[in-house]
Amino acid sequence: MSTSHSKKAKAFLKDREYTQWHDATFWGARTKRDNMAFGLEEWEQLREKASAIKRHTVSHLDQYLEQFSDNAAKNGATVHWAADAEEFNQIVFGILKGHDVKKLVKSKSMLTEECGMNPYLEARGIEVVETDLGERIIQLKGQKPSHIVMPATHLSHDEVGELFEQKGISDEPGNHDPTFLTYRARLSLRNEFLTAEAGMTGGNFGIAATGDIVVCTNEGNADMSTSCPKLHIAAIGLEKIIPDYDCLAVFHRMLARSGTGQPTTTYTSHFRKARCSDGEFHIVLVDNGRSDWVADPDHWEVLKCIRCGECMNTCPVYRRSGGYSYSYFIPGPIGINLGMLRDPSQHSGNVSACTLCNSCQCVCPVKIDLGDQVYKWRQKLQEFGTASKSKKMMCDAMSSAFGIPALYDAATRSAHLLNKMPHGLVHCGLNPWAEGHEMMAFPKKPFHKIFGELEKEEKS
Amino acid sequence: MLPFQKKCSRCHILVVGNNIPSVLRMFVNGLLLMRVGLLIPCYVDAVFPEVGVASWKLLRHLGLDVTYPEGQTCCGQPMANAGFERQAVPLARKFEERFKEFDYIVAPSVSCTAFVRLNYERLLEGHECTTAAKAMDIVEFLHDVVKPQAPLGRFPHKVSLHNSCHGVRELGLSSPSEQNIPSFNKIKDLLALVEDIEVVEPERPDECCGFGGMFSVEETAVSAQMGLDKVQRHIATGAEYVTGPDSSCLMHMAGVARKQGLGIRFKHVVEILAAGL
Repeated sequence: MSTSHSKKAKAFLKDREYTQWHDATFWGARTKRDNMAFGLEEWEQLREKASAIKRHTVSHLDQYLEQFSDNAAKNGATVHWAADAEEFNQIVFGILKGHDVKKLVKSKSMLTEECGMNPYLEARGIEVVETDLGERIIQLKGQKPSHIVMPATHLSHDEVGELFEQKGISDEPGNHDPTFLTYRARLSLRNEFLTAEAGMTGGNFGIAATGDIVVCTNEGNADMSTSCPKLHIAAIGLEKIIPDYDCLAVFHRMLARSGTGQPTTTYTSHFRKARCSDGEFHIVLVDNGRSDWVADPDHWEVLKCIRCGECMNTCPVYRRSGGYSYSYFIPGPIGINLGMLRDPSQHSGNVSACTLCNSCQCVCPVKIDLGDQVYKWRQKLQEFGTASKSKKMMCDAMSSAFGIPALYDAATRSAHLLNKMPHGLVHCGLNPWAEGHEMMAFPKKPFHKIFGELEKEEKS
Repeated sequence: MLPFQKKCSRCHILVVGNNIPSVLRMFVNGLLLMRVGLLIPCYVDAVFPEVGVASWKLLRHLGLDVTYPEGQTCCGQPMANAGFERQAVPLARKFEERFKEFDYIVAPSVSCTAFVRLNYERLLEGHECTTAAKAMDIVEFLHDVVKPQAPLGRFPHKVSLHNSCHGVRELGLSSPSEQNIPSFNKIKDLLALVEDIEVVEPERPDECCGFGGMFSVEETAVSAQMGLDKVQRHIATGAEYVTGPDSSCLMHMAGVARKQGLGIRFKHVVEILAAGL
């Protein structure tokens, strides 16, 4: 009885020292978030407000998208609409080709990851340089992000130091001091910014009332990416549109507090138009399934997500299995749910990665019912043909026993016979409980057989 | 309504308010007004009958009119959490028949209570469902309805409190560590009525222990690791016992502790409340 997630998690957990470090690192992020959340008296009101704004916006998305697009066009931006990942990649490639771009610098965007944009452009001769430090590290290492906000946190500074030495970024072998490595990365990226012909950003928010694209970073790399080249492309999912600045004020107080435990990100940049008269600003609004998800009565609320990543930090399973144990490119509670919306035949193996402890939905700044949604996906696995056969057999057997009182009575009364069975037989490979547990000792009599004596005792 | 009576906010039946002495209050509430159905979940019945015994003795000690309806089996939670919710429907129907006559359905299990309360209305769609609103975990029932004031048992030990997830985040037995709301803990409040006990909480006081029903046999490695981490945090408090409102969490942690040779004991909170009764 195993799943794609449980197999990878088992392999991850073999290195005890590493997994303890991984768990403690992400629990540290949760603790920093708690310090911020408990520092604001109105935190729970903010969560309620943020959820209400998103519910409203997502359920009136058509109006806000049009308003956003009109205002962005008035500002002088060129707005493109991409129905899916393929169209998005084509649009971006078309813009870059039209400007004879050889090198694109980009700030962090999970949307471009979702669409597989980097390999698409690279296959067509365009060099793509990630400029967020974490993203740059994993790009150089040939890895995918293991977390949506802290994509390279699974690596140690020694691993990063060795990588930088290999790639010629660091010139002092053995110096793995994080400040030094960051300095070397900055020098190397500076050159990339200056030699790129185009810059790309994602977007944390799109403001319908003004047509702004709002990007929150800690490194200023989005600003560098858009201040050096004359061509700026912003890629943004449809659900990132919010009505106005008043709404932004609510989310802005929550995003960094939840995501990284900071009161605000170091930089919050608003982009409205090209930076110079001979520059261009393109906005690509990407659907890629989102307009279908709005219509899903059980799962549409995932579109409220602001991608803070805190559900991963609080998830006891994520912390002990790592980002790569999930088959979808977004891991953790939100990733389980988004992966199932994307393709249940590919991502049903992640649905097991949840104890239904509900910490994620208590921590979520926009109150997405993440754990409840996992429960709902589990109910649908049979329909998708991805349910575990052995688990179904076990549940069938249980419901027969529970449905027939005589059978239940016989089973519970004879359970104690298991106590006498040889240890090796009970703890064989066929009993998954015995992998991590000693078997419990069953009592001679179940409660329903003792109860009569209790009553008698009381009467006497 | 008599002057000392008030309506219970949960179930709208008449109970007696706090403004009269507790003995009289128990008497009037217990003998005249409330009928309590004792729900002993399948795994408690089969593995931890002592928890059932303690629940019965405690409720009777408090002067309540308690009945243990015969023929109980399971509420359906294990199958539903595993993804086979429809198999819980026939069990929910039987449950409704068996328990509908009571004013309160009281169980020494937060996860079974939460399952009934949060899911039965949906599972019983088209049928009468009275039990969802009446199901209470024994901790919240004692804390919110019975409100015992006099000392209960005596338990001269240091005890580490295990705040089970469904108790914290579905039934509201304590303030979730994620939420910026005034801090409270109903289990701690009740344990304050036990003589000579010392109650402590582990670091990360409401992180999941990794049981999760079928999770523990499907995600064996993560489940065992979570269990071990949790047990070690309980041990680090210096406690002799771990106590909590759900025997399934305790069963999981006890199994992990024994496998790893870790010596700490486990007792359901009702066993401690009823100690010596």
